[in-house]
Amino acid sequence: MTSIRLSVPQTARKDEIIELKALIQHPMESGYRRGSRGEQIPRNIITRFECLYDGELVFSADFHPAIAADPFLKFYTRAVRSGTLEFRWTDQHGETWSDTASLSVT
Amino acid sequence: MIRLSPVLAFAALVAACSPSPTTDTDLPAADVRSGYTFLTAETQAMQDDSFANPGYLWVDRGAALFGSRAGDAPSCASCHGEGLTGAAATYPAIDAATGDLLNLEGRINQCRIRHQNLPALDYESDDLLALTAFVASQSAGVPISVSTDGAAAPHYRNGRDYFFTRRGQFNLSCHQCHDENWGKRLRGDTISQGHGNGFPAYRLEWQALGSLHRRIRDCDAGVRAEPKAFGDPKYIDLELYLSSRANGLEMESPAIRR
Repeated sequence: MTSIRLSVPQTARKDEIIELKALIQHPMESGYRRGSRGEQIPRNIITRFECLYDGELVFSADFHPAIAADPFLKFYTRAVRSGTLEFRWTDQHGETWSDTASLSVT
Repeated sequence: MIRLSPVLAFAALVAACSPSPTTDTDLPAADVRSGYTFLTAETQAMQDDSFANPGYLWVDRGAALFGSRAGDAPSCASCHGEGLTGAAATYPAIDAATGDLLNLEGRINQCRIRHQNLPALDYESDDLLALTAFVASQSAGVPISVSTDGAAAPHYRNGRDYFFTRRGQFNLSCHQCHDENWGKRLRGDTISQGHGNGFPAYRLEWQALGSLHRRIRDCDAGVRAEPKAFGDPKYIDLELYLSSRANGLEMESPAIRR
């Protein structure tokens, strides 16, 4: 069970710049650390984040080992029409988590 | 884990060999300050932002667990409704049925066994942390108010003894740092008063939410004493002393701590 938190305004005026926030629970283990017995802790990170607005990519980010656990992103987009925003994270093994929020544009 | 520099370790050794200059007076109630006040403005802002605070990842998960049923067992919400506002501020507390002192984690596990016919959750598991954080978050802003009389009195005395007893290779007590030297620097960090009002808390060092017992284990390891197991009765007694010492301080869980 991976917790995801999204912040998307419920309504916006057409062409308004809206702020989007996304937080996901993930250890973002860098692969450079060692455990208490000296063994290397294997790398386990999210490598890709994408935000789709009615299926169209409006924001994406590539993640690398220096990003902290439970990565938090804040970004902006222009409200063009009522629709669905999908937030999608993919880890290095290809596992994917996603969540959606709907936006009503007036 | 806080590692002491060789110079400080030497100073600690000298202190251990010379007559003890320490007092055994409790922290005056007028001086009590939350660990929040020792944080940088940036870390305080992270705690105050109820979206960006990653502790709420566990609170959300705890809220879902609180309302969900496993098999035929009633959910937490079946009995407790929306939640338990203010309850966490009174823990650790004596369980009327058994006379044992229980902290919040212990109470949640006891409820699972007694009323839900479910196995206890492992201490420090994400599910127990999530439930504890959810219940504790419902007391955010409520002043700590634990009872230390009656059946709790011997536990309070044990906890206070633990706090004032020097331990580990560095031969330091909790009291020496958190009563006598709070506000001063220990390497790159400011020594706090050691209150538990933000726990379970998201520690930047852990990159995760953790319990008060995990924090105390780090302190014990820091003075090179052998940490006790999670949920050890000695730690629960200590937790009672810490809470009584912080009586009146507002609950902050899920807080951010360094």
